[in-house]
Amino acid sequence: MSDLKKEIDDVSGVDTTGHEWDGIKELNTPMPRWWVYTFIVTCIWAFIYQFLYPSWPLITDYYEGYFAETNRDRLNDELDNVAQQRSVTLDKIRSMDLETIRNDNALNTFALAGGKAAFGDNCAPCHGTGAAGFTGYPNLNDDDWLWGGTLEDIYTTISFGIRSTHEETRVNDMPAFLRDELLTKSEIEDVVTYVQSLSDSTITATESGRILFADNCALCHGEDGKGLREFGAPNLTDAITLYVTDRDSMIDIVSNSRKGVMPTWSGRLDEATIKSLALYIHSLGGGE
Amino acid sequence: MTYQNNPPVVSRLSQSITTICLAVGIILALLIAGKTSSAAMQFHAFILIATFFAGIVALFNLGGRINDSNHKPSPSGVYYNNTIVKYGVIASCFWGLAGFIVGDVLAWELAFPVLNMDMPWTNFGRLRPLHTSAVIFAFGGNVLIATSFYVVQRTCKARLAGEIAPWFVFWGYQLFIVLAATGYLLGITQSKEYAEPEWYVDLWLTIVWVVYLLVFLGTIWRRKEPHIYVANWFYLAFIVTIAMLHLVNNATLPISLVEPKSYTLFAGVQDALTQWWYGHNAVGFFLTAGFLAIMYYFVPKRAERPIYSYRLSIVHFWSLIFLYIWAGPHHLHYTALPDWAQTLGMTFSVMLWMPSWGGMINGLMTLSGAWDKLRTDPVLKMLVVSVAFYGMSTFEGPLMSIKAVNGLSHYTDWTIGHVHSGALGWVAYVSFGALYCLTPWLWGRKGLYSLKLVNIHFWVSTVGILLYICAMWVSGIMQGLMWRAYTDLGFLEYSFVETVAAMQPYYIIRAIGGLLFIVGSLVMVYNLWRTILGHTAGEQSPENISKAIAAQALGE
Repeated sequence: MSDLKKEIDDVSGVDTTGHEWDGIKELNTPMPRWWVYTFIVTCIWAFIYQFLYPSWPLITDYYEGYFAETNRDRLNDELDNVAQQRSVTLDKIRSMDLETIRNDNALNTFALAGGKAAFGDNCAPCHGTGAAGFTGYPNLNDDDWLWGGTLEDIYTTISFGIRSTHEETRVNDMPAFLRDELLTKSEIEDVVTYVQSLSDSTITATESGRILFADNCALCHGEDGKGLREFGAPNLTDAITLYVTDRDSMIDIVSNSRKGVMPTWSGRLDEATIKSLALYIHSLGGGE
Repeated sequence: MTYQNNPPVVSRLSQSITTICLAVGIILALLIAGKTSSAAMQFHAFILIATFFAGIVALFNLGGRINDSNHKPSPSGVYYNNTIVKYGVIASCFWGLAGFIVGDVLAWELAFPVLNMDMPWTNFGRLRPLHTSAVIFAFGGNVLIATSFYVVQRTCKARLAGEIAPWFVFWGYQLFIVLAATGYLLGITQSKEYAEPEWYVDLWLTIVWVVYLLVFLGTIWRRKEPHIYVANWFYLAFIVTIAMLHLVNNATLPISLVEPKSYTLFAGVQDALTQWWYGHNAVGFFLTAGFLAIMYYFVPKRAERPIYSYRLSIVHFWSLIFLYIWAGPHHLHYTALPDWAQTLGMTFSVMLWMPSWGGMINGLMTLSGAWDKLRTDPVLKMLVVSVAFYGMSTFEGPLMSIKAVNGLSHYTDWTIGHVHSGALGWVAYVSFGALYCLTPWLWGRKGLYSLKLVNIHFWVSTVGILLYICAMWVSGIMQGLMWRAYTDLGFLEYSFVETVAAMQPYYIIRAIGGLLFIVGSLVMVYNLWRTILGHTAGEQSPENISKAIAAQALGE
């Protein structure tokens, strides 16, 4: 190292190491004390923490730590705690019928709060956070129900779903009139005109449309087109529709049929949560 | 110590051997193209064939150029390989812009999902790895390769080892980027964060990386300085560790040698731990060690001051290297990962705080006696601010690794903000600083086209970064608090959708921040381009900058 040229740096007064690379030199400044001490403190803290909690792997096991406590233990404690606190209330909700829960102020308040929370994470993606629905997903705030709006009806719909995988699912089967060659294109146009005339007095339907409706649709939607809940068949005379209202879309629905699906929640949510959801949805404004 | 400084020569033998290797590559690629059932892999095979063929043509062209032209050594008698660094500078600019733009497109997609236009190629899931790989590996990687090739030559006073090998590294790496990026868009991924490319792309990168290591080591071997400069320790740590991480995390079994799908050797939580051992050390050794190497050369060079403390550089280097490798499990707090691994990950991350800050202290304190230069030199300002951002995010990192903090911050936008304060503030800024230094040096200009434009770049993108990280802090902490908010009756206060809706304004602010960052980068690219063309904006360059730059541009 004969070529080391140590010198004193003018600015800092510190000597250099004598190395030089492409014009870059290094000062021989000692490490800042605060840096060294902070480093040591973090190390000491780390070793204390490692002593207290599970840390070092051993050959077949690991060092459990002075407290021998794991995340999982703490989580289980917390969950047990909550379960215990709630057990009385939840047992009641589980065993009592919906109407009785609704009339018990304390229970109902609890169920509505639980229902709201469960709704947000399970139902809102389709029905919206405010339960106002979207195209193809019914509004749950109004009193227009496809499958009924009593507490029991709502409970059944949530539990078993619509066209779901559950064997007790609610199900109906509107034919695809054009695709299944039950009606011709012009016949469908006539029926749609007739259906439009039910809710719009400015539209006059043809006689053939009326007859076609009576022959093909009235069985489920009713003679008057007001729908039948046992089939989940919507009321066609009001201004509320599940899908779009323009004529082309209506023609498409009659031609190809729509079969929306709501999943079954039984088994996925527990009984108390489903009941809470039914009470919550019932309370939104349209409950019967 | 006597050294021979002969002009560079490409031998017939090495040309022939490389040609044979590339020809074998073409045959293998043809086999894959013929047998694969995946259209995407067939497309990749055609890219390989085209590139290898172009490689053979270029090989003879390179030989001709190197053997025939009149080389002039630098004043100290070294024949530096500057051309490859020039290519690296241009590639860095190109990939940087591409990566930033994809990132901002994603930011807008998050604010307005309809912008993905319902196409598979433009949806978030495919564009996201394109963005991360483009900025980390394409932009960052090219900056690292280019600067390391420059710095190792200068600080060793030796020409880059090999004539064909550095070019193989450069073009091989670009090929890796193209294969990875097109793969993501076509849906090829092994779904490991920052290690998405499938087995055959990984294999290609392995070959390129080993040659990179050999070129780097070979140059150090030839050095005419008795000691190895600290920047080169960091570069070497980066190259060696990335090789190790890449090999272990990508240990997979392909379902067939002609199909793009493979299965990882690790399962379940072991796989998760391996992935985050890789992921965190990619941050540690790619984005920290590598860019600290850049800092250790360009900050003292630009400030014309000696490095603050030699001892600090040794101690913080070794402690950083030793501690970083343990910190990965902090990405898996409160998961199936055993508690003992979580504890180690957290405590080592906290111990890592000071070793990380050692680099910041050495960077900032190197300016003592030169602080006045910040007023006149926006390039130095950029370098210094990058070190400040480095200090900030290396404090935030250990903080977020503490379990109690992590319980709030994990899975929220806070993490995204943390990553970007490091990525935009530190990695990109120190790279920009290096590019601003390198361009006039390499092309032999007296200075940059315009220092005013550098200043504009600095301020526009600084505002962009601040908008970005502040928006993500607010939205991330809000998100974390909303997730854990309970009502009096013990039910969750907010549904997940409500937390998403609450974040939208911050997503828009973030996207605007990103846009400003892109505008700044465009200003830089324009400035560098005019510099390369030899133009000057006619500004009066401050005395203290021009001397140093001019000296370096003359070859020393």
